[in-house]
Amino acid sequence: MRDDVVIRVVAKVMIPAIMLFALYVQFHGDYGPGGGFQAGVIFAAAFVLNAIIFGLNRGRHVWPAHYNLIGFCLGVLLYGGTGVANMLLGGNFLDYDTLSADPVAGQHLGILLIEFGVGLTVAAVMVSLFFTFAGRASHLRLLSKTQAHERFLAAEKEADK
Amino acid sequence: MSGFFVNAALIFTLMLIAIMALRRHSLFAMVMLSGAFSLVAAAQFVVLDAVDVAFTEAAVGAGISTVLALATLALVPKEEKPHDIALLPAFLAVITGLLLSVAVADLPGFGDADAPIHNHVAPEFIKGSETDIGVPNVVTSVLASYRGFDTLGEVVVVFTAAIAVLLIIGGYTGPQRRQDEDATEEDNHA
Repeated sequence: MRDDVVIRVVAKVMIPAIMLFALYVQFHGDYGPGGGFQAGVIFAAAFVLNAIIFGLNRGRHVWPAHYNLIGFCLGVLLYGGTGVANMLLGGNFLDYDTLSADPVAGQHLGILLIEFGVGLTVAAVMVSLFFTFAGRASHLRLLSKTQAHERFLAAEKEADK
Repeated sequence: MSGFFVNAALIFTLMLIAIMALRRHSLFAMVMLSGAFSLVAAAQFVVLDAVDVAFTEAAVGAGISTVLALATLALVPKEEKPHDIALLPAFLAVITGLLLSVAVADLPGFGDADAPIHNHVAPEFIKGSETDIGVPNVVTSVLASYRGFDTLGEVVVVFTAAIAVLLIIGGYTGPQRRQDEDATEEDNHA
C-alpha cells in the first residue's frame, strides 16, 4: 500500500490524531467513557496503521522490538508498584487513600497511575502481537523464497555437470 | 417504542452477519464479517447504556482483533477446509441456546431497580464514587479502585498472553541479534 498517495497522506494526517485521541481516552477516563484498556488499544492502532501503510520495516523503526518487553513489563510493574507503595505508606495493597494527605486526591492519583500502567501494557502487547504475526508471514515468505533459490542453484549445478 | 425498533434492527443485523459468516468459506470474508459483528455489537452496547463496554468492543473487537486476524491470514490457506456438519457440537449448541432462551425469561427486566444486582454493593459504589473517590465515571472507580485486584489480574493475563506468544513465535533474541537479522533480511532483498 506504500505506493498509494491518497492512503499515505491520509494516514500521515490520521496517525497523530489517533495518538492524541488515545491520550485523551487515557487521561479523561475518570470523567468520560474510556480508560487504560481502550487507550492502549487505540494508541497501538496508530503504530499498526503506520506499519500497514509504510511497511513492517519502517514500522519496526518507529517501534523497535525491544520496546515491547520494556513496555509491558513497565506497565505491570507500575500497577503492582503502586500497590506496594500503598503498603509501604501504611495502607492496604492498592488502597490509594495513602498516596496523598487527602484521601480523595490519593484515589485520583492512584487511579491515574494504575490506568497509565494498564495503557502502557496493553499498547505494547498489541503492537508486539501485530508485529509478531505480521513479521512471521514475511519471515516465512522470505524463507520459502530462499529455499526456492537454493533449489534453483542446486538444479543449475546439477545441469552443469 | 422507537427503542424497540432500534434493538430489533440491531439484533436482526447481528443474526444476519452471523449467518453470512457461517455460509462463507473464504477466511478473509469471515474475518471482515466478524469485525462487522463486533461493530454492531458495540452499537447494541451503546443502546444498553454500557458506553465503556461499547468503546472496548469497538476498539478491541472491531479494530485490533480484526487486524490481528488479518495478519494471521497471511500464514494460513485462504479457504476453510471442506467438512461435514459436526452433528454433536451442533446438537449441543442448539440445546444450550434453547436452555439460555428459557433462562432469559427468569431474568429481571432491563433497568429494573429491584433487581438483585442493583441492591447488593452497587448503591454503595455509586455513592462512594462521588464522595470517597471523586471520580464521576463510576465504571472507572469500580474498575480501578473498588475492583483494583481484578484489574491487576486482567493486566497480568494480557502480559502473560503476550509473553507466551513472543516465546512461541516471536523469536525474540534481544536488541543485539535484531540488527543482525535485519541486515541479513536486507541482503536477501538485494
